[in-house]
Order: sequence, then C-alpha cells, then structure tokens
Amino acid sequence: MTGPLGQRVRQLAATSAGASSAARDESAPAGSNPGASPLLEVSDLRVRFRSRGSVVNAVQGVSFTVEPGQTLAIIGESGSGKTVSAYAIMGLLPRTAHVSGSIRFRGVQLVGRSEKELQDHRGRNAAMVFQDPERSLNPTMRIGTQIAEAIRCHLPLDRKEANERAVELLRLVRLPTPERRFYEYPHQLSGGMRQRVVIAIALACEPRLLIADEATTALDVTTQAQIMDLLLDLQQELGTALMMISHDLALAASYAEEVIVMYAGRIVERAAAEDLFGNVRMPYTRALLNAIPRIELEPHVLLPVIGGRPPDLSTVVPGCSFAPRCPDAQQDCRQEIPPLEEQEIGHWWACWHPCEGGQGGQKEAAP
Amino acid sequence: MTPNPVTEAGAAATHSGAALLEVRHLVQEFVLRDYGGVKGGVLQAVSDVSFELDAGETLGIVGETGSGKSTLARSVIQAPPPKRGSVIFQGKDLVGLGRRAMTSVRRDLQMVFQDPFRSLDPKWTVSRIVAEPLIAQGVGSRSERRERVNSLLDRVGLDPVGYGKRHPRELSGGQAQRVAIARALVLEPKLIICDEPVSSLDVLVQAQVLNLFEKLRSELSLSYLFIAHDLALVKQVSDRVAVMYLGKLCEVGPVRAIYRQPLHPYTLALLTSIPSPARSAGKRGTSSVISGELPSPLDPPSGCRFRTRCPRAQERCAAEAPELRSLGGEGHLVACHFPLSDGSRTSAEPAAVRR
Repeated sequence: MTGPLGQRVRQLAATSAGASSAARDESAPAGSNPGASPLLEVSDLRVRFRSRGSVVNAVQGVSFTVEPGQTLAIIGESGSGKTVSAYAIMGLLPRTAHVSGSIRFRGVQLVGRSEKELQDHRGRNAAMVFQDPERSLNPTMRIGTQIAEAIRCHLPLDRKEANERAVELLRLVRLPTPERRFYEYPHQLSGGMRQRVVIAIALACEPRLLIADEATTALDVTTQAQIMDLLLDLQQELGTALMMISHDLALAASYAEEVIVMYAGRIVERAAAEDLFGNVRMPYTRALLNAIPRIELEPHVLLPVIGGRPPDLSTVVPGCSFAPRCPDAQQDCRQEIPPLEEQEIGHWWACWHPCEGGQGGQKEAAP
Repeated sequence: MTPNPVTEAGAAATHSGAALLEVRHLVQEFVLRDYGGVKGGVLQAVSDVSFELDAGETLGIVGETGSGKSTLARSVIQAPPPKRGSVIFQGKDLVGLGRRAMTSVRRDLQMVFQDPFRSLDPKWTVSRIVAEPLIAQGVGSRSERRERVNSLLDRVGLDPVGYGKRHPRELSGGQAQRVAIARALVLEPKLIICDEPVSSLDVLVQAQVLNLFEKLRSELSLSYLFIAHDLALVKQVSDRVAVMYLGKLCEVGPVRAIYRQPLHPYTLALLTSIPSPARSAGKRGTSSVISGELPSPLDPPSGCRFRTRCPRAQERCAAEAPELRSLGGEGHLVACHFPLSDGSRTSAEPAAVRR
C-alpha cells in the first residue's frame, strides 16, 4: 500500500488512535510506553453466560500475549472458548456475558469499557474476519459501498476519498479488476472473493491486530491456501499481528508461529508451531493430532480416537477437565487442576502426566 | 430381510458387467431462467462422466465446491434423474424407472448427507427416524422393526434405551450423524452414497464417525460412494479415487497410485494445498498453489476445462478436450494432454511431498 491516500490513512489512524488511547487511558500506569509492551495482553480472562438458570463458564482463566506482527493460532473444538475469547478481545460479547480479568491492548484496559469506547477500539486497533463471508456482507449493498462505510465509520475521510481507498483495498486483497468489482454485489462473487472483500473491510483502518475466526473453514482447500497466503502477505506488508482461530491443527501448523490449544475454556498447551507438533506433551493435543486423516497414512487404517465428549461447562468438576477422556489420567488428575506452566523454554502445558514428547503424529493414543 | 424383487428382475435383463454400479456418459444440466422465464443459460453441472464401482469397494470422489460432485451423487439416486446417460445399478438402468420401481431400488441404495440436522426430521424421535425406511418399504411387523432399530442404534454406537426417545435437537452433531447412518443402514443396502458426511463435525468426532464407516464396511461388506473435498479424508476410506473438476473427471485410479504419483496437474494442486503438520511446521507461502477461481459452469472453457488455471496448459489444451485414457498402472486413468508423468516410472516418494 504505497499510494498517497494510503499514507494519509495510516497517519490518520495512528494519530486518532494514539490521541484517543491517551485520552481514555487513565487507569494505565503513568509513563507506560505502549511501544515497549506487547500489543495485546490477556490475563486471567473469564467469561460467564447465564442461561436458563444455569451459569456457563465459557472461558475459565485464559492468559496470553500477542506481540506486534506475530502470527498466533488458537485451536480447539467447538465449545472450547476460542471464539468467546476472540469476541472478548474485540469487545463484541453481548451484555449478558459476565467478563472478568484483564485485556490490555497496547496497555489500555478493555474490560469494563463502554460500547462507545469499544467502537473506537474496533476497526482501528483490532478487526475481525468471520467464518461465513456470505453472512458478514450485506447482500443488498455494493461491496465498494460496504468497504467505504467501514472506512468512514472510523476515519474522517469524505465520500470520494473513502471510495478511492476502497478501490485501493480491493487491489490490496488481490481482487482482479477492482474498479469494476467496486460496483458489484456480494452474490456476484465467489466464496473466496467474498472472503477477500471481508478482509478488505477488516483492513480498512490498518488495524494492529487482525483476528481471523475460522476464516477459511467454509472454503475449498485450494481457495483456503490462497486466502491464507494472502493473509500472511498482507501481514508482512502492513505489520499487522494475526490471530487465527481454527479447529484445524494442520492449518495452524502450516501458517502460525505460535499455537495455543484450548479445551473446555482453558489453555492446555502453548508452544511454537514446530515445537508443538514435534514435541506434543498434552494428551489432548496428541489426541487431536492423531485424529486428523493424513495423506501419509495408508487407506482403511482406523484413526486412533478417544471416546467421550467435552465436559458440560455449566457444572464445575474438580481436577483436569480432560481427565474423563484422557487415556493417561490418574487419580490426582481428578482432584486438582494442573496449572499452565512454562515447563520447557517457550513450551507451556497444563498436565500432571504429560506425554513423553517426540513426534505426536506417530504415537498411538489408546482407543 | 426378504430377497429383493428388483435385483432379481434386473438380473434377468442384465448386461454383462459385474460392477455393482456403472455410470455411463452421465450428463446433468440445469436450465437457468432469467426474469420472466426467459432461458438464461444452461448450467453444465456434470458433463459426460463414466465410472464403475464394484461390490464391496469404496470410490472416493473429490473436487472443489461447484465441481459437480454432489450433483453427480444426486443423479445416481435419480433425484433428479440425469439429462443423458445411464446409471446401471445391480444390472438395471435406473434412468427412466417409475416411481414405484425406484422406491424398491432405494432399498439397496441409500444416502447420508452432510448436515445431519437438516436431513433428520426435527419433530420425530430417533427411533421413528430410523424405523421410517422399514415402514416405507413395509418390512417386518412392529416388534420386528423395533428390534431391528434397536440393534442398529447399538451398532452405530448409540444406546437405544437412552437415545431412542430423543429428538434430533437433543443430539450433538456426531450423534445426529450416527442416527443418519443408522437410517441408511436399516434396510441393509448394498451401496451407500455419502455426500460430505463428516465435513460439519469436529476433528475428534470426525475421526469417530470415519472409523464407524470403516467398521461397518468391513462387517457388512458395504460399498460406498464417498464424496468429500478433503483428499486426506478420502484416502482414509477409499479403494479408488476419482478427481472431479467443473463437471468432468480429471483422474481416476487406485488410491495408492493417485497419491503416490498424481498424473493430472489439478490432482497435484489439490494435494499440495492440504495443510499438514508433519510437512510444513513453520513453513509458509506454498508456491505451487493454483491461482484463480473455478470458471463458470454456464460457460466452461473450451478444450480442457482446467486449462485456465493450469501451469502446463498449451495451445492444444484449448483446442481439444482430453479424453480419460489409461496411463501408469492398472486402472489409473487421466484426462490430460500433458500429464505429469508418462507413468512408466514409479517413484517411491510421493510426488506431492517432493515439490
């Protein structure tokens, strides 16, 4: 993005974000330098929902940091709390959600902020790409107008400038003939092209953090590879941090630098991608890895599977939440929750009886 | 189970082929209508596809969205019947069969769909859903049916006492798909067509359901026509694989041959697009990914349909459509003027991984 308009947008985004963060950040310690701290610092995040008299503990004490320009993947099954965590970071949780803990974005606390302040945070600081591009776009609006709308929500540009910027963004996401596409409607585009438009909207204000929530799950493998390559290229070009949320370990392994594995609202393992897949320690991660069909396997080989289902998050059970399904579980697993600790350099896991390590894919999990 | 009248009638008027299912030159087109019912174009969903499936065999069909794989499956079960070509199942051509005859054919030909919640009636109990094919075919007495339903639920890993009275909404995705599988199995079919049966499931549940398919296949000597977009998953369950692109077959062959030595550039592109933890930890920017989008099936490219995205395309590819021809090992067919290998040498290392 080298056009003069692009530079101006960058300037505008930087100044207004800086000004507003300074203005609203009274709780931050005086003299804190946002440049030196991590981009995003989540500590002991807890999210509860009340539904039909019971309380669902969707996220139960999650802590992690994202450095500027980093690629982080959060993986887990449905209901593991990965999307809820992302929504909390975006400030998109409904009012019925009870959030505690701390989410600091460049030193600024987000938990407990008003909707108005969060609107300021969204778009400029963090933006999100969702799974289904069909549902994230307005079917009755031209795609150019939708991008321009997102720009004008956050930046003081007039209509003409915003439209120019929209075309620039369409070019940035490698949509062919952007000037013509500007006037098209979502239904005229394929799934992959629609997802490119959604990415263009997310990048409209050059956010520092881009959250991709299952952004390629609905796409074909070839399109998925195109979109992932695009996201990584843009990340390098713009210096944006990328947080991929996915259920697909293979995808995370191929594209992320660091991987966080979540189970039942907690982080159970965290490591650099190579380290995690070459040296699995948490039995849950091993089970996930073993369950993926791989082209290296011979046909008609049964996959090693674990039985059971993720626990009901509305009941509190003592001990490790994976213990009931874990082939290696012992008595102490059912009594005390294992803490997430850095047990090797750069490798955190929460388990009393970790696996031996070594190549996870080759080890057999008990059936 | 009583002997199937259709099979016997069909066997009398049979042709020589021994295949369980034989699809010949199948064409499926849909006429699109613009405003006012004006003919807007012809969508060529499946164009001249032929393949065979032997008893006890699993044929995997892979392709991107819009490649026509689901349409092909639906054409096989005559919903709707194909425009041209024939579908010979157990020696009988299903195209043009009457409603009654087709109903009895479906006793041996069942289907499992992608989204179990949309394919199960939300108002029925699990027992009722699984019993429905028996009722429709008039099989057994009430108590016999109950017994059969219970034994099937048990077989797919659901406790009939605990789950029989439940409704689909009270099930998880994996459980609902097990109910759909039980329903497909209840008539003891010969062939089950599975259209992306595990795509909507989480990875651990997906592995459980895949293992269930595998177990049922070996116990009941079933045949599957297994449709999926995930090549690794298709490899897991299939004996042979057919790769489809824009309504045509690009490559058909035994699983091992296709994955070890793909001959069609599109197959190789699909193989290299698969993310794999074993292969690419930390590595990024796969260079061999094909660019561009699937062309419109309303106006497919001339000659080879893949040529607009093919790195090896030459003039001949635009002028002349390649026919499926035998190359490489036994039963390995490819439709390409310039295949990736002449098939003479067999490399031990998978070509997809070599890059």
